[in-house]
Amino acid sequence: MNDKSQNHLTGDAVSEEDGERMADASQSTSSLKPLIVLEHATKVFGAVRALNDVTIELFQGEAHALLGENGAGKSTLVKILAGVYQPDGGSIYLDGTRVHLSSPAAARDAGISVIYQEPTLFPDLTVAENIFMGRQILKSGRRVNRSEMVKRADEVFEQLGVNIEASRVARGLSVADQQIVEIAKSISFNAKVIVMDEPTAALTEVEVERLFAVVKTLKSQGAAILYVSHRLHEVFEICQRVTILRDGAFVKTSAIEDTDIDDVIRSMVGRDVVAMTSAGNDTSGENVLEVERLTREGVFTDISFNVKAGEIVALAGLVGAGRTEVARGIFGIDRVDAGSVKVNGKILKNASPVAAMNAGVGFVPEDRRQQGLVMEMAIDRNVALASLRSLSRFGFIRKASERKMAYDWSTRLSLKYGRLSNTAMTLSGGNQQKVVLAKWLSRRPQLLIIDEPTRGIDIGTKSEVHRLLVELVNQGVAVLMISSELPEVLQISDRVLVLCEGRLIDEFSRADANETAIMRAATGFSRQKQS
Amino acid sequence: MSQSLEHVGVNEPNGGSTKTPLILKVVRFREFAILFALIVVFVATSLKNTSFASTASVQGLLAGPAVIILIAIGETLVIITRNVDLTVGSVLGLSAYLVGDLYVHYPHTPVIIALLFGVVVGSACGVVTGAIVAYARVPSLAVTLGLLYMIRGIDAVIVNAVQINSNNLPGGFINVGANNFLGIPILMWIAIVVVAVVGYFMRNFRAAREMYAIGSNPEAALLAGIPIQRRIFSAFVVSGALAGLAGALWLAEFATVGSTAGTGYELDAVAAAVVGGVAIFGGSGTVLGAALGALFLNTINQALVAAGVSSFWDLAVAGLLLVLAIAFDRYLIVRSERVLRVEGRQRGRH
Repeated sequence: MNDKSQNHLTGDAVSEEDGERMADASQSTSSLKPLIVLEHATKVFGAVRALNDVTIELFQGEAHALLGENGAGKSTLVKILAGVYQPDGGSIYLDGTRVHLSSPAAARDAGISVIYQEPTLFPDLTVAENIFMGRQILKSGRRVNRSEMVKRADEVFEQLGVNIEASRVARGLSVADQQIVEIAKSISFNAKVIVMDEPTAALTEVEVERLFAVVKTLKSQGAAILYVSHRLHEVFEICQRVTILRDGAFVKTSAIEDTDIDDVIRSMVGRDVVAMTSAGNDTSGENVLEVERLTREGVFTDISFNVKAGEIVALAGLVGAGRTEVARGIFGIDRVDAGSVKVNGKILKNASPVAAMNAGVGFVPEDRRQQGLVMEMAIDRNVALASLRSLSRFGFIRKASERKMAYDWSTRLSLKYGRLSNTAMTLSGGNQQKVVLAKWLSRRPQLLIIDEPTRGIDIGTKSEVHRLLVELVNQGVAVLMISSELPEVLQISDRVLVLCEGRLIDEFSRADANETAIMRAATGFSRQKQS
Repeated sequence: MSQSLEHVGVNEPNGGSTKTPLILKVVRFREFAILFALIVVFVATSLKNTSFASTASVQGLLAGPAVIILIAIGETLVIITRNVDLTVGSVLGLSAYLVGDLYVHYPHTPVIIALLFGVVVGSACGVVTGAIVAYARVPSLAVTLGLLYMIRGIDAVIVNAVQINSNNLPGGFINVGANNFLGIPILMWIAIVVVAVVGYFMRNFRAAREMYAIGSNPEAALLAGIPIQRRIFSAFVVSGALAGLAGALWLAEFATVGSTAGTGYELDAVAAAVVGGVAIFGGSGTVLGAALGALFLNTINQALVAAGVSSFWDLAVAGLLLVLAIAFDRYLIVRSERVLRVEGRQRGRH
């Protein structure tokens, strides 16, 4: 990857940031005493050494990236700092004194705040109560002081420059807003150490920019930030140092200037990863999907496009622009109010997932834990779930064919598993995604709709998923991909459709597409006039 | 063409966003819905049968459910933490008998001591239940179902077919169950005081807010550093204590007790809470709602009698109300979620 993809801001912003980065770096090296040290930490689960003799130091005012593939031990390290896990070996020093983080409350009292990938809010309580839960502001008689909590929450939101009503219940907040509430939580108790575990996984680029602005503010106020992310360009944008783990072990810590993306990836994976790029697919095929004037009132309006056999079309846009909703409308999960969907020239009547599946459409949903997999079910059964009819005779499922099919696909997708009869829960995120893919690919779909194919997946598996999608289109399958990661969109898609507030605002061919143009369209600045 | 669509899609919802949507008001003031239903049932029945609105009848409507209100309050606390306490009926029975037994042995016990004795008996049961659920982490449905039978069994052994009746009880004690103060039954006054105290506590104290948090999202509660076990334990102890108090008052009301007192009350308590808007999966609801739920179910029951409907229909109607209440709450959650999402989006834009 080149410099251009690391910084997609304007020239001015980049140089300003470089200046800041240097200042921060010199500051962190000049203040000799680290704010928090995790020394020789080891954590064992049964026979697995999840963390093996790892040492990491965080300085005041630095954003420190923690990188590694899924299963490298990042989450374990985060949970030790959060007080959720107790290390089996090693010690933690805060401001030079040894501390025991015996519980989440102890970690919080020590000034450590953790923002998890999945926001952990209480849907029934107000935003203000969520922020202050466990350490509510009290008034006379040890009563909870609601109005003061709302006032303080509003102050924090103002400081963050966001508009969230503190007295509303948390139910119904968008993922991005939930993340903001989590951040407000850490700010409200002046956390000295803020751990962010994949904070941007569910955010769009604009929201990420807003988050980065917050991170910079926190750094300048003297907080130490441990930043866990799979998105390397983000790390190079806001972090000063990086620590890499592999298989539970420490690989190295280095200043960001002394490394580059290739080097980091090599350290994480332990080998070179070749980024997969579709070499311009043959886009002269027949239309597999034709969407005409599709409308769902209040959600998306007047969406028309098509996808040809042998091409990957990306649906880009901000979270909430209606991308997933359009896909759900096409697949017949949500009803649409107007417009039509044609697959292979035939209109899908009585839209329902069954009708769409029979017409040859596969749908890999965004949230694999909730919608793509039955976590408690065996791997082979999960794979077979979408093809039960072809596997059964007189209504009974033939176990042998189920297993054979699962074995075939697991091998083709190089799935890493213990036994096929283990539950899907036992797999890592990337491998779970492969199971979902296997489930749909085994039906040999002509159109595959895939929502956020690589969210929360490590780099190695990510490029395998990309390679797989490219392989599919080479076999003549049409792919409609929704993705919030622009590098991914640019890397593998042949055309990019951009949605903004429920409308198809622009379309880019492979040649015209670049991050700036797509972001401009997604935020409502169209190149061409929509009549 | 697209011009007109734009008007429908974007401008309209913005125009209406200044007022709080009706659905959110209903969610916020769920208790008013039940109060409203209560008044409708009362007025409708009174029109059909004028004696239903007589002073004596109304006092009966208020005294009858007082005991259920008390156990429904405790049940509400437990349900809010995403648990359930099925022991309350048995605890009530045990407490009623032991308080009676106290009077058999010490006839001059002051009324207040007798009531406190009931609270102590109930609390002891709550401590056992709470400890098993919170610290041994056994699902509350299984634990309390087992203890329901065990406590009832212990009750039967102790009672050993010896009934306690009004001859064993002092007049001052029986008066608590029979007399009125300012025209309202003393039993109801006690229930009102407990609703007010516990209701205030649930709204304004940290421990109570943490109970809501536990029921709303147990995992997040753990990460927020909430002492989950202690809170669940306390909820069960409070539930036991109130069931014990209810037992003593039950004895005062009926002035006789055998081994079957309070059988099935646990389901009445759960029903009252759920009809009163306490979410069965925890996290939301108020004790006021549960108390109104108990009052409502009892009033419906009496209304059917007053309207000359066969008492066989009574349980069926109660069951129907329960299903409707749960369906209504589910509908409210789904609808309000949608409204909140749209609202949040509109705020975010400007």
